[in-house]
Amino acid sequence: MARPEGELPAAGQGTDLSGFDEMHHAGACRAPYAMIRDWLEDLPPDLLRRKHEEAELLFRRVGVTFAVYAEGGNPERTIPFDIIPRVLDADEWMFLERGLRQRVRALNAFLVDIYQGREILRAGRIPEALILMNAGFRPEMQDFMPVHGAYTHIAGIDIVRLGPREFCVLEDNCRVPSGASYMLENREATMRLFPGLLGRHRVASVSHYPEDLLDTLRSVAPPHCPGEPTVALLTPGAFNSAYYEHSFLADEMGVEIVEGADLFIEDNIVFMRTTEGPRRIDVLYRRVDDDFLDPLTFRPDSTLGVPGLFGAYRAGNVALANAVGAGIADDKSVYPYVPEMIRFYLGEAPLLANVPTFDCGRAEDLAYVLAHLDALVVKEARGSGGYGMLIGPQASRAERDVFAARLRACPGDYIAQPTLALSTCPTYVESGIAPRHVDLRPFVLVGKEIRIVPGGLTRVALREGSLVVNSSQGGGTKDTWVLDA
Amino acid sequence: MLSRTADSLFWLARYIERAENVARILTVGHRMASLAYSLGDAGNEWHSTLRAAGCEDGFFGKYEIVEAEAVIAYMVFDADNPSSVFSCLETARRNARAVRTALTVDMWEALNQTWMRLRDLDPAAIIAHGLIDFLDWVKERSLLFNGAYANTMLRNDAFFFTRLGTFLERADSTARLLDVKYHVLLPRDEEVGGALDYYQWQAILRSVSALRSYHWIYHDRLQPWLIAELLLLRPEMPRSLRACMEQIARHLDLLADAYGGKRGECHRLSGEMYARLRFGRIEDIFQSGLHEFLVAFLDQTARLGGEISRLYLM
Repeated sequence: MARPEGELPAAGQGTDLSGFDEMHHAGACRAPYAMIRDWLEDLPPDLLRRKHEEAELLFRRVGVTFAVYAEGGNPERTIPFDIIPRVLDADEWMFLERGLRQRVRALNAFLVDIYQGREILRAGRIPEALILMNAGFRPEMQDFMPVHGAYTHIAGIDIVRLGPREFCVLEDNCRVPSGASYMLENREATMRLFPGLLGRHRVASVSHYPEDLLDTLRSVAPPHCPGEPTVALLTPGAFNSAYYEHSFLADEMGVEIVEGADLFIEDNIVFMRTTEGPRRIDVLYRRVDDDFLDPLTFRPDSTLGVPGLFGAYRAGNVALANAVGAGIADDKSVYPYVPEMIRFYLGEAPLLANVPTFDCGRAEDLAYVLAHLDALVVKEARGSGGYGMLIGPQASRAERDVFAARLRACPGDYIAQPTLALSTCPTYVESGIAPRHVDLRPFVLVGKEIRIVPGGLTRVALREGSLVVNSSQGGGTKDTWVLDA
Repeated sequence: MLSRTADSLFWLARYIERAENVARILTVGHRMASLAYSLGDAGNEWHSTLRAAGCEDGFFGKYEIVEAEAVIAYMVFDADNPSSVFSCLETARRNARAVRTALTVDMWEALNQTWMRLRDLDPAAIIAHGLIDFLDWVKERSLLFNGAYANTMLRNDAFFFTRLGTFLERADSTARLLDVKYHVLLPRDEEVGGALDYYQWQAILRSVSALRSYHWIYHDRLQPWLIAELLLLRPEMPRSLRACMEQIARHLDLLADAYGGKRGECHRLSGEMYARLRFGRIEDIFQSGLHEFLVAFLDQTARLGGEISRLYLM
């Protein structure tokens, strides 16, 4: 069987991690940032500092709400907001959007296939054991066909930029990606802090995201749904760290936010308990992980789910978004095969590149990774949030030795990638304005059709030189502008 | 709306109202105790303060002797006491957070600012020199919250459930307060009560902000049976049992209308309770026993709460 991307990736060529500067390139200001440059130059010297402080204040006030919802495990932390927007021009976005549509179509085709005929395994394009032995694979979903073939209805695709025309997918999030509320709040903040700035630029709006989300959810109502579908958002509850986002989105869509205890199942139909008696639910936008959805099918100790929910789902009486079992598509050990999925299901060449990836479970890859730890990034195959990862070039000898021991002990739990020089954007810091590394998470909505609001969530590593943008590791966020053509 | 949402709104309003009532009762208890020192009866005052707030049983589970510091610590700060001012505000906010989207921004901010300030307060400093200021502040915060929801909520079921919480708790509190002091309101053979009785009458009226109202309505010196009439039967008095029951019956009717006319035992019971207060006479109540009347009323409010819950909140 061929390696997913052919050759072993070259690692450690050069140690320049300064990255592509999205504003200044080849000694000049790039066109999309011309307005930002003029704006920054015209600002009275202390205004930027004042606005930065105002933003902090504004977000601490909004942040009060975040902190409130983030109680219990993750108290009082708000995600810092950087006041200087990140800009993409219409061509760049058009390219990204085409690539995103293509990738998410392939991911859904893969999910449909893997729970039906498994053509891609039989064709030998992906090792069978990698899928069937994977914790993300849900045998309970065998032969289930969700409406419109949509498994991942809301996908968050993390993209890094390496050059003027080079965009790579760093990872796919097909289960319950979060962050859309920050995308919307960041735009609100820009409008409050710099009224007029958006008006002078032709920036594509993102504010219709909740409407698009609701349309998408309604479009996947199950075949047995009588009349207009009733949509609700299922949350683990007020102590979940993303509760702010859950209540924000439910509120914006005008749907009920429900907890497991609000629901019950009768004759395989899902009802919520209301003051007017039981009311049928047709579509659940669930922000609860597969494991906790239904104690009768999955973890029996779960109190977050609803006994019998999975039965109602399989009976076609309720739609779950995202579908159960979508996690197999975003597993880090499956990630290297996504370009293959695009070729296999769509017969197209992938538009968005993957980052070359070593699978430490393969002996030859492991040997290479151990020999080049100082040049690679090593991640847990099932980790997230930037925890449990090693950035070789920025780690000490001792840290690398510790990691090498863990790799040898459980090689199958790790993947490695070359250290990427993420692009940078001008960012407000103590000393003024300086470049900081960023990534981008656009949100792809899949129902009857695919929709993507222009932009997404830009995450920024606020520490100088840092390549880790995760909010749990000191990352912040930026408003993301897509300029209209 | 979700039953859980309605339940949270109902209890949110009840706990805010309870925090205010406990603060009022403590304010008056504090005042009475300082007056009573000169009359040699301070211990008794703190004891009836505990009873009026429904905190007697819990208190004696922890303390043996009724003393000012212990009562204040238990009624203001004690997390083990579900009716302490701190617990009430904490529970109110917990309910609010669980139904954040059902609240208006003004309601949420009123609650959240209260809670944030509460976390920064130093109990020792409050007990040492600031109890009355603190209790005034609690009262203000409750008034702010009540104003916020009265002025900003849509007049739909969410509002009706919030209203029910406020008035059920208020009815309960007024009845409890009266029952603790019912003996000083009973008609006596003597011409006038002693000085202590007079202060007691004043205290009852102050606890419900009704001293002025009494004079406006009766243009008379304080008379115990008039005080009882004011707090039981007068429709103009916003904390009287009658006024509270009128609101409860009205909002239960509004709910029934909103939900296509469906009614339950809570509608019948609230109607019966309201009718008794609306058409009752204070002489008859005294004749068959004020204490017995109040005990029966407290029983019925508890039952009414259960019935509302059974029909809508479960």
